[in-house]
Amino acid sequence: MDFAGYDPAPAAGRNRGIVSAKIVIAGGFGVGKTTLVGAISEITPLTTEALMTSAGIGIDDPSKVPGKETTTVAMDFGRITMAQDLILYLFGTPGQTRFWFMWDEIIRGAVGAAVLVDTRRIADAFAALDYFENRNLPYVVALNHFDGAPQYELDEVREALAISPDVPLVMIDARRRESVKRVLVTVVEHAMMRLQSEQGRGYPAPVG
Amino acid sequence: MDQRREDPRGALVRPYAVTRGRTEARMEIAIEAVLTASPTSVVESRFAGHDKHRIATVCEGRAQSLAEIAAYTRMPLGVTRVLVADMVAEGLLTLHTAAPAEGFDERMEILGRVLSGLRRL
Repeated sequence: MDFAGYDPAPAAGRNRGIVSAKIVIAGGFGVGKTTLVGAISEITPLTTEALMTSAGIGIDDPSKVPGKETTTVAMDFGRITMAQDLILYLFGTPGQTRFWFMWDEIIRGAVGAAVLVDTRRIADAFAALDYFENRNLPYVVALNHFDGAPQYELDEVREALAISPDVPLVMIDARRRESVKRVLVTVVEHAMMRLQSEQGRGYPAPVG
Repeated sequence: MDQRREDPRGALVRPYAVTRGRTEARMEIAIEAVLTASPTSVVESRFAGHDKHRIATVCEGRAQSLAEIAAYTRMPLGVTRVLVADMVAEGLLTLHTAAPAEGFDERMEILGRVLSGLRRL
């Protein structure tokens, strides 16, 4: 059900007063997702949990958790109140990429995503990149700075990640608010450009 | 609250007991969709049960997303969604729309607002 369009008779308790948007923060375990969220969120990052029955796991092996029929998937998130009627949420994806059902929930309706990459463990980002490409979610790649990690040219990293030239690739220090802010701005700008180019392809060019 | 510990089936079955076993919410609510409760509905929610009253209290005076409600009440997301959807239908909570997913102009407008909001930070 989608109420985004014309809504002639709003259901009881439904209101257009406050709009909320979300940006997804993805990347491998320990790459700094929660650090990034915490650097800019107005609240200490919160954790919400979802329960999943083992039937929904697919590749999970129930024999490893005898007698346990549900698994808990946790995700961290933060909040930025931009105006009285506009709130931006930042959702970190669960560490284990096998919890795709949770990713689906997180990306539905999202503005876009930032994929955090640690240059020492580039392959950790592949699952997220594949996933966002499959779901056609606009994303940017952010190389998180770790002290002592090898420094690469952005072009080298772009090649190693096999991302297309139109995907923005930026350096970030996930601990620093200004740096995080710049990445989020890049995500939104990229989403706007994508939307604009999709609009251009989907409709005839305006006459005149 | 203490019923949780007394339930012999443990914490895995208990969560959906508060929804009387229902796992499907009566309406779709995005994790980022925010909800508000008026002071009147916070009072009224006392008669709707402990869990709903806790939810209404969380949403009093400050818009809270479904994800925040789940985090603050320490209930799983799915359970929270069932209860929140009931409360919207009962008029105890006001559901605000998440950002529109369709319509070029509508989406561009929200993106533009988010962008300038970020730049102002």
